[in-house]
Parts: sequence; C-alpha cells; structure tokens
Amino acid sequence: MYNKSLKELSHGLKNGDFSSVELTHEYLNRIKQHQDLNAYITVTEEIALQNAKDADIRIASKKADPLTGIPVAQKDIFCTLDVKTSCGSMMLDNFYAPYNATVIEKFNQTGAVMLGKLNMDEFAMGSSNETSFYGAVKNPWNINRVPGGSSGGSAVAVAAKLAAYSTGTDTGGSIRQPAALCGITGLKPTYGRVSRFGMIAYASSLDQGGPMTHSAEDAALVLQTMAGFDPKDSTSVDLPVPDYSANLNHPLTGLKIGLPKEFFSDDLNIDMAKKLAEAIEEYRKLGAEIKEVSMPNLKLAIPAYYVIAPAECSANLSRFDGVRFGHRCNNPVDLTDLYTRSRGEGFGKEVKRRILMGTYALSTGYYDAYYVKAQKIRRLISDDFKKTLTEVDVIMGPVTPTPAFGIGEKMSDPVEMYLSDIYTIAINLAGLPAISIPAGFINEMPIGLQIIGNYFTEAKILNIAHQYQQTTDWHKQTPKGFA
Amino acid sequence: MSLTTNDVNKIAHLARLGIDSQDTESYAKDLSGILDLMTQMSELNTDKVEPMAHPMDQAQRLRHDNITEKNNRDKFMSIAPQTEDGLFLVPKVIE
Amino acid sequence: MEWETVIGLEIHTQLATQTKIFSGASTAYGAEPNTQACAVDLGLPGVLPVLNEDAVRKAVIFGMAIDAHIAPYSIFARKNYFYPDLPKGYQISQMDHPIVGKGHLDIEVDGVTKRIGITRAHLEEDAGKSLHENFHGLTGIDLNRAGTPLLEIVSEPEMSSAKEAVAYMRKLHELVRYLGICDGNMQEGSFRCDANVSVRPKGQIEFGTRAEIKNINSFKFVEKAINHEIQRQIELIESGGKVVQETRLYDSVKDETRSMRSKEEANDYRYFPDPDLLPVIIDEEFKAHIKANLPELPHAKKLRFKTDYQLDDESASILTTSRALSDYFEAVVKASGSEAKLCANWITGDLSAALNKGDLEITDSPISYERLAGLLARITDNTISGKIAKQVFEELWQSSASADEVISEKGLKQITDTGAIEAIIDKIIDDNQDQVDQYRSGKDKVFAFFVGQVMKEMKGKANPAEVNKILKEKLQG
Repeated sequence: MYNKSLKELSHGLKNGDFSSVELTHEYLNRIKQHQDLNAYITVTEEIALQNAKDADIRIASKKADPLTGIPVAQKDIFCTLDVKTSCGSMMLDNFYAPYNATVIEKFNQTGAVMLGKLNMDEFAMGSSNETSFYGAVKNPWNINRVPGGSSGGSAVAVAAKLAAYSTGTDTGGSIRQPAALCGITGLKPTYGRVSRFGMIAYASSLDQGGPMTHSAEDAALVLQTMAGFDPKDSTSVDLPVPDYSANLNHPLTGLKIGLPKEFFSDDLNIDMAKKLAEAIEEYRKLGAEIKEVSMPNLKLAIPAYYVIAPAECSANLSRFDGVRFGHRCNNPVDLTDLYTRSRGEGFGKEVKRRILMGTYALSTGYYDAYYVKAQKIRRLISDDFKKTLTEVDVIMGPVTPTPAFGIGEKMSDPVEMYLSDIYTIAINLAGLPAISIPAGFINEMPIGLQIIGNYFTEAKILNIAHQYQQTTDWHKQTPKGFA
Repeated sequence: MSLTTNDVNKIAHLARLGIDSQDTESYAKDLSGILDLMTQMSELNTDKVEPMAHPMDQAQRLRHDNITEKNNRDKFMSIAPQTEDGLFLVPKVIE
Repeated sequence: MEWETVIGLEIHTQLATQTKIFSGASTAYGAEPNTQACAVDLGLPGVLPVLNEDAVRKAVIFGMAIDAHIAPYSIFARKNYFYPDLPKGYQISQMDHPIVGKGHLDIEVDGVTKRIGITRAHLEEDAGKSLHENFHGLTGIDLNRAGTPLLEIVSEPEMSSAKEAVAYMRKLHELVRYLGICDGNMQEGSFRCDANVSVRPKGQIEFGTRAEIKNINSFKFVEKAINHEIQRQIELIESGGKVVQETRLYDSVKDETRSMRSKEEANDYRYFPDPDLLPVIIDEEFKAHIKANLPELPHAKKLRFKTDYQLDDESASILTTSRALSDYFEAVVKASGSEAKLCANWITGDLSAALNKGDLEITDSPISYERLAGLLARITDNTISGKIAKQVFEELWQSSASADEVISEKGLKQITDTGAIEAIIDKIIDDNQDQVDQYRSGKDKVFAFFVGQVMKEMKGKANPAEVNKILKEKLQG
C-alpha cells in the first residue's frame, strides 16, 4: 500500500480495498523497522490509530476528503496539542504544546492520520539535519550521507516510505534542498499562502510551510489542505485558494522557461549541469521555449540572507528564557544566571552562532552596515525576479550545488555549509513559490530541478512539475531496501 | 572584519547566551568567517534603494476589538518550570 | 549661580480597549493573576500578533486632538531586552515611524498660556507585573497586563518647572479622558509618567545631562519628584559632581529618587521592524471616518460656550474639562429654558461643591440634569427666589422628588401677590417708626433693614423685586 500515490490511497480507502487502520499499521511497522534512519523524534501511535478509526467511520459515511484516513507525519516545528513539539532542540525537549498550529488544525479537520513528529535541524537552522538535538538523520539512498535540512526528517520519511507524505518548512531552502537530496518532491509556497500560526519561527519574513511528497500530483492535494487565509497570522494573504489539481494536465506548449546565467555559470558542478540540461531538454520536448535570463544581484543572496535570518532569529528565540516553558537551568542564582544558563544549555552550537550573528548585526553601530544593507539587497534581488518573471513564465535551475554530502563533512565550517543553500535562498528573500522535483542521479544519489514561479502561481508550478513527471520516472525511484 | 573573543562575550551577554569559555575562540573564528562573507555586500552601491522588510507589499490587517480568548491558565501553567498561586516564579528581581 | 530647569515628559496611557493590542484577551483590570494572559500574551512558541483596530483608532483620535500629523504609514519594531515581565524578550513598539507625529498642547500656569510641543505618540504593548512578595525569596510574574495597548506620548523638553510639568500632565489627563481613549485611572496604572529632568546654568543653550525619573504616578508626586530631582542635580553640580545619564526611581514614601538598575551597562535595544507585522496604512477614508465621529474638542467647545452662552472664561473652562460635565450643562440649559449663566453658576457652584464633598463624578450626580433644570426653571419664572432654591437643592440632593414637588410640599412658593406683601410692609412700617424717620432723613442704609424684616416675616418667600418696589414707594410716603 505504501507505494501508492495519494490519489490511489484515497481511492483504495473509499473503495474499501483497505482501511485507514490497516494502512496506519503498515506505516507504524515501517517506522519501527527503519528507526535507524532517525527520521522521527516522536511517534504518536495512539493518536494515529484513533485518527485512523475516526477516518474509517468518516469514509464509511461518505464524508471523506481526499486526504481523509491517509497517514501524514509533521515536521516537529508545528505545535501539536499535548504532543511534544521539540523543534529539534533540547530547549523544547519537555515542551508539550498547549495548542495546535493552524496547519495541524487543517489536517485534523480533513481527517488526516498523524503518525508523529519529524526530526529536523535545531530550530530549522541547518542544511544537513546534523544540528538536531536528537541526532543526525540518515539519507536512505546512502546512510553515510546527510538527507539535507532543515526538513531532513520530513524528506526521509517520504523517501523511505515511513509516511505517505509529510510537511516541511522552508526559510532558505529547508523544503527544497532535502527534497532534492532525498529524491522527492518539495514545494515552498508563496510567502503568506500557508499560515505560520503555531509554526515555531526561525526567520519570520522568510519562513513558509509546505508539502513534501512523492509527486507534484500528491503535492497539489496536500497544498490544497495546507493553504488558505488565517486571521491569526498578519502576514497570511487573503486570496482564494485555487483547485491545485485542476490544471495538472494542462499542456506546456508555448511555456517560457528562463535559465538565469548566474545559476548556470562555470561554478556549477559539471555532472549537475549535465543532468539539468537533460531535464531542460525534456521540457523543450514538451513544447516549452527556453531563454537565458540574467539576475545580477543573485550572488548577494547568501550574505543578505545570513544577516536577515539571524537578525530575525535573534529576537524570535529570546522567548526561550526558562520562565514560562522549555528548559530551565538548575538552581539559578539570579535572573541573568537563569537566562544565560537556561539558554546556554538549551541551545546547540549552530543556533547560538546565528543568535550571536543576528545580535551583532542589529547592535548599535552595525545596524545600517549589516541589517539595512541586507534589506536593500533583498529589494534588488526581489526586483530581479519580478523583472525576469515578466519576460518568462517560470525560472528553472539547480536546487543544490552537489548531491548529498557525507555526514560530518561540512559541520566544522559554517560558511561552507551556508553555501550549500546558494540556489534556494534568493527565492525566500523574494517570497516566491518554488518546487524541487527529482531530476536524476549522480553517483546513485538523487538530485533536484528547481522551478520558480511568480507569486501565487503554485497551480502553474505544479502543472509544470506534473508534466515532467508524466514523461520521466525519477520521482518513482525508491532507495534500495525501502521498496 | 574579525571579531575578538571579547566581542563575542559582549554579544553573548546582550543575547543572554551562555557560552563555554573554551568555545569562545571558535565562535570568534566562525563569526569572523561569516562576516567576511558579508563584506561582499558593501561592494554594491545601494544608496537609492528602499530597504525591504517583507516580501509582500501589503498593509497590516486590523482585528476587531472583541474578546476571543478564555482563561487557560491551568493549561499554560502545567508546562511552566516553576509556578505558585497562578504566578510564574523567577529569581528575585532587584530594581 | 542661577539655574534653569528643562523637563520633558513621557506619558504612558493605557488605551481603553476591550482586548489587548495584539491578542483577543481581555484587558479588564484586577483579574486573578495570569487568567487574562493568552498564548499570544505569554509569547508561546509559534504565536503571532494581530493588531487591534480600536487601539489604532484611539491613537488617531489622540493625534487629531493635539493637531498632530497622523502618519499614513507607520511600522512596529521590536525593542529587544530581557526582563521577566516581558514574555517575548522584546517589546513590540514603534521607533522610526510612529503613528502620531508632531503636535501640541496648551497649558496655563499662573494665568499665562504656554504651548508645549508633543514630539510624537506611538503605540506599543504594556509589560506584565513582577510581584515582589516573598515566594521563598523568588519573584512572581503576572502577565495579565502584558499586551495591554499603550500610547506613549512624548513631549518636547519644553517645560521649565515642576509646576508646568504638572499642568501639562493634568491637561493631558483631562484630554485623554475627554476623548474616551483612556480611563485615566492612575491608581490602576492607566496613566503613568516618566520625567526627563536636567538643569543648566541660566542662559546656556546646550542641555545638561538628564536623568529619567520613572514610576511617578500621581500629580502630587510628579511635582515632588521633579523638584527633588532638580535640587539633587543642582547640589551635585555645585559640590563639584557630575550628573550621570541614568534611570532613577521615585520613592514616594521617602520622597527621594534613587538610581535604578545602576549596575546594568547602557542598553542596546537593537530595534528592527517586526517581521510578524506589516506596515499600518492609515488612509484618508479611515481618518475621515474618525474625524466625523470625533467629539467637539475641549478648546473649541470652550470658545463656543463663551460666544453662544456668554460665559466667562473660568466657567467655560471648568464646564469643558470633561464631556460629561459639558453635556450636563447643555442639557440643563435646554431643559430649563433658563439663562445659561444661571445654569453655569449652579453647576460650577452648588452642584460641584456637593459632588466634591461626596467625592462623586458628574456622571454619578444624585441630581439628574432634568431635576436641576426643573429647579432652575422655577427661579427663572419667579416661583422661588435664589435663596429658597438653595433650600430646594438640598432636598433634591437627599430625595428623588422633583423641584415642583419639593416646592409645593414645603410651601416654598414665592409670594408675588402684591396685596399680601403690601399688608406686611404696612405693618412693619407702623412698628418701626424710628427707622422710617432715619430713612426719610437720608440714611439709605436702613433700607436693607426693612427688606430683612419683610423677608423674615414672609419666611423668605416674597419676591425680592416686588418687595423692593413696594417698600420704596411706601417709605417715600
């Protein structure tokens, strides 16, 4: 059953071929079997089985939605009522959220089955899932390699079929990069499309939740549930949610694809360039026109991002102070000691690095040179995208510079690690939607193709991704031992 | 641009972030490396550019002034490290 | 050396909204600790702020009332610092783009009007409270107040005495209550004042180093605290010391200010735009709607009272200190059909005195405007004299009867029957021939004696004008 698409699973459930409880048991068994991948932080077996029973009743009474009864696993960044919500941090190891994130509410309403909470880089800060308090997650394509991050657990859960689909969040590539490195489909929606309420903030002006699935067709169904206006989130956009599945089969004749020369410079790994060229060729065959475009400010995306994101995070993470929730140090002698030790003990090294960086960038004397400068560059990058997207329908490029690297390989050099997000970060600065879809293998490790669209054109992006997945089968590949 | 261990200690104090003294050196080195990355930004003239705080060019939505939240103290207190008589407790605050 | 004082005030007014500035939790005062602190107020992981429309509306009302520029575009920023009553580790406030820009307020000190500039007024969230009772040597934190909307009103450093500072604070206090944007309850902390005080040698242009005095929450203490601080600074400088820029706390019990958080290094608040909130756009339509519903402002109303009702400056000022009082006045004028001056005198005189005595607000007056109007109507139509009216007023204060009921019940109706008055006057003239002679020989003062005798005889119920007229005729013989 776990090899079926969401549409097939939904059909099977409604048809009575299998029950949600059976399906849920199958996934729970697989999770136990593949614990060594370390994809889950918490498995919510009881909740899952209760959800499944409820779903079976709902399906029997013919009130099922497309996702009713299908098991999902949530990134451990979404607050789930009375369930541990750790955000991959020791700081929240004892945190049982007293409320549900809006996204969780939406899945509950549609009758989804929650299998558990997925491993991630601590507070979503990382590109390899090695900064988690709960240990590194292993890539099922090669367990000595990283799965990418920060939604590493989410990517692995789907790739290894430990959930029918999962959720992730993307601040600088945290959905797309692990999706690419694990050979699955990951969509970062337009900023404001999916509610951030109850999603523990890393960098508020960049964070966006989205689906991680086997295919674009699956992603359309999951986004349908996740998207929508939320009055509890001031940055949520009040626009109607289109039917994301309706235009999946729309032909691509005349589609204009832009290839930024900055993405395809000599710096791009030669194997990667070759694989991407093959994917682009596939689109040409599907009737698309290919055009070279230029976005000269893209090269400054990394420095701008590593000012803005840490600055926002330095304030976002101040609430973790050992007073109302989360880790508190033993026997604090005074207030400063309470704060300093609780935070010093509760946060890991990468989180501290970013808090320090952000605090520095906002401090007196440096604010203009770093923070304001970065915001100006953000504007220039955003303008580059806006202009380019008047010339072409979508922009395509790599997701990552290389396939998955080895566990431990880049942990000693933060700058090296940051550079692995070079192709994804600019999209968050602009707030645009983008998808990563499997586009082949280099040395038996999957790589991704990135498709970037204009604001709120998720349906178009999904259509473009789906058409590719109709003529290729990269997205159907399963790592050895997980089929 | 490079940061000294003294700089790191000052920033860490502003952020109320405990750092092991043997790690200060490596934080100084890491942060200096990241700051080197930032220097690329200064190469570009941005005098006439408006800073962009948000990807969406939108106005703040306003909420009606209606009470929507009920008392949920017991639930919130149940996850707090130290409480008494409905209060969160902290080491003595001296003003 | 002669010294000159420079004072600027920062006044925090809690806006009288139902809910918090960024959450739907109640702002009612006095609830059990932490029962009105919701997930957003507690700064739980993942929560987000959504701005309260009424807080914005009230800020704009204030801006219009002080003739200030209302920013079409204002933004919220995070002010970062750690304190246990500040749940998120930052306060959402406004820095570079406050909602209300430059405005002004006129104050009067010793009969002289002075215009005090208001630099800005910005929206922000209040903090919670630290309770320093002994919880085994620990401090308890109550976050009910956290997130209550505040409008921080910052004046220019344009006041030069504690007296001016108090006048400004009183005027502002009157204004925010008049506008209905703040309940002004200082005991409950709805209206709080920080004062920036510095001294400089007379004639010097540069400002001296200032100290910020916090926690002065009554008019009396503001004056005392500022005077104390001025004295401290002068003494310090004259004895060769230097004023340091610091925050000082006023201790009303010891009547002194003392240095606060002195060990702390200068704060670096690291303000930056709050990414969870978008720019607040105030368009013409929003402003027009508020303007259309804006109450007549005290100053305009005072001018109108002077021209329309012919009131003197003092009465007009008093009657326009609050909307309730001016509404009461206008209702009495309308209902009684009496001269406005008479109504004003009664309201600012007898009624105000009685209210003060009972520590009551006009809204709690035992005498409704209808009942006072009923009384004044009877003065106007000569049914009773002003003197009898005072007696009726006492009855009205004690009971719920109408003036007419009191007058008829107690037989206080004024005697205007000239026949009856004449009869009494004749009798008095007969009984007091000595005085008649004195009067007739030119001692005009004796006239008052006759008036008194007549009134006494008639228990004050005779119409004084009638009495005067008849007496004059008869005495002239």
